[in-house]
Amino acid sequence: MMHAKQGSGVSRRRLLAGAGAATLGAPLIAGAAPAPVKIGLLQPLTGFLAYDGIQGKYGAMLAIDEINAAGGIKSLGGAKLAPVLADAQTSPATAIAEVDRLAGEGVAAIQGGFASDLVLAATQQAARHGLPYMVDVGVVDQIVGRGLTNTFRFGPGFGKVTQDGLANLAALNNAAGKPAKTVVIVHENGAFGSGMAKLLQAKLPGLGFEVVATIGHPTPQRDFTNIALQVKQANPDLIIPSNYKNDYILMALTFAQQHVRPKAAIYSILGGAASNAPFAAQHPKESNYIMDCNHYYDPNKPLSKAFAAKVAAKKWDLTYELMLNYSVMRVLADALERAASTDAAKLTAAIAASTYSDTIMPYGPTKFVHGQNIGAAPVNTQIRDGVVEVIFPTAFASAKPVFPIPAAG
Amino acid sequence: MSTALLLSALVGGLANGAVYALVALGLTLIYGVLHIINFAHGSLLMLALYASWILWSALGVSPYVALVLLAPLFFALGYALQRWVIGPAGQGRDANVLLVTLGVSIVIDNLALAVFGPATRTVDIPLATSTIDLGVMYLPLPRLIAFVAALLLSGGLWLLLNRTDLGRAIRAVARESDAARLVGIRVAHIHAVTFGIGTASVAAAACLLLPSFYVSPDAGYAFVLVAFTVVVMGGMGSFPGALLAGLVIGVIESFSGLWFGPSLAPIGIYAAFALVLLFRPTGLFGARA
Repeated sequence: MMHAKQGSGVSRRRLLAGAGAATLGAPLIAGAAPAPVKIGLLQPLTGFLAYDGIQGKYGAMLAIDEINAAGGIKSLGGAKLAPVLADAQTSPATAIAEVDRLAGEGVAAIQGGFASDLVLAATQQAARHGLPYMVDVGVVDQIVGRGLTNTFRFGPGFGKVTQDGLANLAALNNAAGKPAKTVVIVHENGAFGSGMAKLLQAKLPGLGFEVVATIGHPTPQRDFTNIALQVKQANPDLIIPSNYKNDYILMALTFAQQHVRPKAAIYSILGGAASNAPFAAQHPKESNYIMDCNHYYDPNKPLSKAFAAKVAAKKWDLTYELMLNYSVMRVLADALERAASTDAAKLTAAIAASTYSDTIMPYGPTKFVHGQNIGAAPVNTQIRDGVVEVIFPTAFASAKPVFPIPAAG
Repeated sequence: MSTALLLSALVGGLANGAVYALVALGLTLIYGVLHIINFAHGSLLMLALYASWILWSALGVSPYVALVLLAPLFFALGYALQRWVIGPAGQGRDANVLLVTLGVSIVIDNLALAVFGPATRTVDIPLATSTIDLGVMYLPLPRLIAFVAALLLSGGLWLLLNRTDLGRAIRAVARESDAARLVGIRVAHIHAVTFGIGTASVAAAACLLLPSFYVSPDAGYAFVLVAFTVVVMGGMGSFPGALLAGLVIGVIESFSGLWFGPSLAPIGIYAAFALVLLFRPTGLFGARA
């Protein structure tokens, strides 16, 4: 049903705008400054997701600055990319209102969203306007499972991340002679954490792990002492946390304070702060050896090294939101280049046909199937003496994994 | 359930409860005595957390030393806020005051986001990670300090309100502001002083909380709802009540977390809250209406 509706879903406004652009754009001659291509950057810029949203904005803006400095979109006569910022706050209703505003301002495409519930609402609204939408993070699998032909996700979804996360965990454990047998799951009790806990409870026994305790907590959790003591009493080989950044930091600090030290590791999947550079740098002792399976760049690519240097020069935190948004904007610019048009239908077709590989992510060329980039995959990281290192897959690794972690000295 | 876990839940609950009481002390003065529904309480807490964090990160000042500097500074801030913003704009109407304090909180929150950025900050002082080995658990030293400070601060505020002329003036204004004005009390000034003392208490709470917590632009909200609960449960405007209610809520939360899981811990808080109000509608230490 969605397909049928979507096929003719180009609004009158977009059609007119497209026709207008075609007639006006035709006599483009050298010397005339081409109109900038407006790109909507929708992020949670305020509220409790502001950190992630602002990081995402930085990443997209960095890519836009580079693309513009390199001459803009050449097939459009060197048209510059012009970001139009939109704050989704933390509410899907606001995200929808902001998509309407962006459409009204005549953006060619929208990028961002970060949180799954914001992305679900924003992509659907963008579809009503016939606007192509590039998802930056939003891991819920439903985002690309609804038949919306305008929606493209560059990064891996929940299913792929957990599948790889568990496979990598089993591989690490097997290679080390199976030191980890028992697991405690600590999760926030929202859709993300509870969903993860349920999935882990179902999958871990098949991989040879026994879940000895599952502890849910609200967000924010003001104190982790009791949780730490419960974990300590369960004495697991492995702790798998899934909660948001602030809670993750408080949890890790409390674990250290209460001398909670699992025999094998703290292993997160999409962990709140487990691959967060400032957390690692500020608390090298408490964060040491924490592992994560998450979005992360390939640190060995020359483009990644240049990117990391620029991020460091701007004194930004090197996080995955930054990496993904930087990469997604490059994919979008490439599509604009090939479409040679800001027409929504042409741009959507160009994104769908994308085979772009010049990003910092460890993905290979893009290939969108039903909107999902099937080349996307997470990596495993481990914090080592205040630095987030990639440990898995070995092709992108910057360090060898330490598993099990050394006993407390 | 082992005795060790129960014992540690009790100690942990008392330690958390002391923090709740600390955050609620300023509110019980502003909300409980002046009946100003202060929606900006969480934002002021967050602002004080940042102030303390800045003093530590820029100058290496320990939050415990910062308390001495920030309490007077936040007194001045609170005084100014009530005297020249909330007072004039609120015009004594609850609905207005509510909206003004909500507006103040939105301004503070977004200023914090613009100035400090959205990152989560923590202080890294040796004291923050120091613990006392109780056998069943490691008691974080910052929590013990917060506990003692909660006792001292609530005692001090009780003395201030009950044994000084200023305290008498505050109570007179709260009880009957027209009559207070007739006997020569400057009502607007007393309102502002009270708000200032409440804000200074929030700053003190922030300095005592920071070593065992974090600060981000949304950090204050973790404590707002529980602080309002503590104030009402303890009895509006009662410092011993706030202290006792804080500790009771801390312990109840701790045990219900242990028995029903941390997700359901808040249910224990609000069940106890409802029970207390059922049998003592004015709260644990509330004066009879």
